[in-house]
Amino acid sequence: MAQAPEQRNLTLILARSFAAQLATAVFLLDAEGTIIYYNEAAERLTGRPFIEGAGNTAEEWMGRGRPLDEEGREVPMESLPLGTTILKREPAHGVTMFRLNEDSYQRIENVTFPLFAHTEDFVGVMAIAWPLDENRP
Amino acid sequence: MKGRIWGSRGSIASPGKDTRRYGGNTSCIELRPPGSDVVILDAGTGIRELGMRLVEEGTERIFLLLTHLHVDHLEGLGMFEPIWRPQTELHIWGPASPLASLQERIAMYFSPPLFPVHLSEVPARIEYHDASESEWQIDGAGFASTAIIHPGPTVGYRIESKGRVLAYLTDHEPALGADLETDAPEWISGFGLAHKANLLIHDCQYTPEEYHGRFGWGHSTTEQVAQFARKTEVDRVMLFHHDPMHADDQLDAMRDEVIERLGVEGDRVTLAAEGAELEV
Repeated sequence: MAQAPEQRNLTLILARSFAAQLATAVFLLDAEGTIIYYNEAAERLTGRPFIEGAGNTAEEWMGRGRPLDEEGREVPMESLPLGTTILKREPAHGVTMFRLNEDSYQRIENVTFPLFAHTEDFVGVMAIAWPLDENRP
Repeated sequence: MKGRIWGSRGSIASPGKDTRRYGGNTSCIELRPPGSDVVILDAGTGIRELGMRLVEEGTERIFLLLTHLHVDHLEGLGMFEPIWRPQTELHIWGPASPLASLQERIAMYFSPPLFPVHLSEVPARIEYHDASESEWQIDGAGFASTAIIHPGPTVGYRIESKGRVLAYLTDHEPALGADLETDAPEWISGFGLAHKANLLIHDCQYTPEEYHGRFGWGHSTTEQVAQFARKTEVDRVMLFHHDPMHADDQLDAMRDEVIERLGVEGDRVTLAAEGAELEV
């Protein structure tokens, strides 16, 4: 039969609608790890409008500045909560230093969890970023 | 593709003098794709009378597509005469839940105390097919299903035969958390199913005034149906799942409102009426 236009899985549609209503920074990635949405709070937190990040993989998106651990060491993608959830399809959390610009970092608590539409149907990842210290937007 | 409406009412069967024109039976549509056995959309109370017709015709192979398992879409199945005949081969498509199969979910209704006989005792041969996200063929007709916005696991269907497309999205609230005018199509529930369909059969339960206080109940307003139809560029819209509290005259007024909002000729927007023939 003639193919209907591609459409996001309903779980992602609902996740995006939910995130759009939140004042908490939320990122949404598809099952391949591509950034498909982040909300206004995430734009404010990172200083990057969504239009710049849409369609990037998480790896590409972080290319401007690798997150650091609390000792100032770069954290490889697979060790970040987001990387863990994409690769292992498990929830994860951790604190990282996110680079805002050349010499400015923000401590962020990250909580990431996989989205399963059905038991075996992994459709994406939701990541919540909670700014620590006094810089919460 | 031809068919017939056997039930167009939402929520609960509503017979009475105020609902005679459009009918009081809950959701059930008969489809006859060319060269195919009968395809039935939903098993509301309208399926009872259809079942008697099928027995008279001697039909033994039946395809039933359930959008979801709310009672108004399932309650007719127990009184569907073909299931009480061992020669019937019934294929049921419908959404599984994240944790339970379609068969297990139907059995929750089809067992005491809600129903006197357990599903396992039904003599017809029944095969269950998960329609959560699927595409399949029946005798040359193409079928697709995807999950759509409505409380609990719910799907819509896109049916294509001989180049003609029917989209069936009863019980659907695509405007929940979305802007149907400005959001990209990929983010609109049901868009892929309905896009450029020759006929869209869509939920139209509320007026915009009634919708306040009913957000999230899973149904659409006249305004939202018009927006969805415009966005999906369908040829014709059939308003479906009529509110049980709406009398026939109120439904006529709702149709007029959809026509005005869409700005199209009146024959492109119809109200689903029990007994009406369909041609796609």
